[in-house]
Amino acid sequence: MRKELRFALKTTIPVACGYIFLGTAFGILISNAGYGPVWALLSSVFVYAGSMQFVMVALLSSAAPLAAVAVTTFLVNARHIFYGLGFVERFRGMGAKLPYMVLSLTDETYSVLCSVSYPAGLSEDRCAFFISLFDQFYWILGSVLGAAAGQLIPFDMAGVDFAMTALFVVIFVDQWRQYPSHIPAVTGAGCAIASLLIFGPANFLPVALAAAVGILIALRGKLEEGA
Amino acid sequence: MSTHAVLIVATVALVTWLTRALPFAVFGRRRLPRIVVYLGRVLPPAIMAALVVYCLKGLDLTKFPFGLAEIASVALVALVHLWKKNALLSIFLGTACYMILIRTAFPVL
Repeated sequence: MRKELRFALKTTIPVACGYIFLGTAFGILISNAGYGPVWALLSSVFVYAGSMQFVMVALLSSAAPLAAVAVTTFLVNARHIFYGLGFVERFRGMGAKLPYMVLSLTDETYSVLCSVSYPAGLSEDRCAFFISLFDQFYWILGSVLGAAAGQLIPFDMAGVDFAMTALFVVIFVDQWRQYPSHIPAVTGAGCAIASLLIFGPANFLPVALAAAVGILIALRGKLEEGA
Repeated sequence: MSTHAVLIVATVALVTWLTRALPFAVFGRRRLPRIVVYLGRVLPPAIMAALVVYCLKGLDLTKFPFGLAEIASVALVALVHLWKKNALLSIFLGTACYMILIRTAFPVL
């Protein structure tokens, strides 16, 4: 057990730095919107979805209707459906840990679990579980710190939420490098820009993602041949 | 107002859980159809590209500051990441660059 804990701790160091920083940005943002540390804590325990929590602050500020909240959440997080698909078989034998593994599969935990190679002699299930658990702990820690101590930070933190944009750019660059074909990335960017120009900033994302799914299904023969 | 806020957080939590649980609920006990395996593989880069656009959706390219602070900072993140391959460094430098630019070269009026 101790070996698995140590391995998970070491593996999640980059996520720790990122999540504490981004979590703090979220904590500051939500407390500036008038919702204190308890709100930050509950959001990070129960929602635990980085980008969506940032969007949620805007929804809270505008007291958005619940139907709009549900649709927005579904659209922003719809990508998680496709993350899960890659782990259906991997998580199958994890028993009591399975629900937590499923509900805590964020962008970062997903990418760590995709890329990790477990040392011989360690329980892979335990390592994976601790990786997921530590990641969420960092996120909770950062967001509560940001919400509680955000007011104490003596300088203006405007613009710190750009860290979220930067995170997506980083993941995008990583995927650009790893994928054999750039067609999926170009399709996603093209659909998003076209949809933004046609439908405007409020609701363009769902149309963009649906269009990207359609185009990628149409290109399946070509892309599977290349991969 | 507070009750509505609690309901907003609860809704976001439930729908997030739904998106994460859906593939396991649907395919947990059987073989994945090939089209689903294919989409699981090609969609993440498309989604991430769309999310970058989503973050930049508010830019007004027709009047000052023309979204230059965002564009320059995104370019910096991408270049540093291509060069050093260190996610934290890229995120940190890009965010610092953005925070400096919106206070100096391209102040938000």
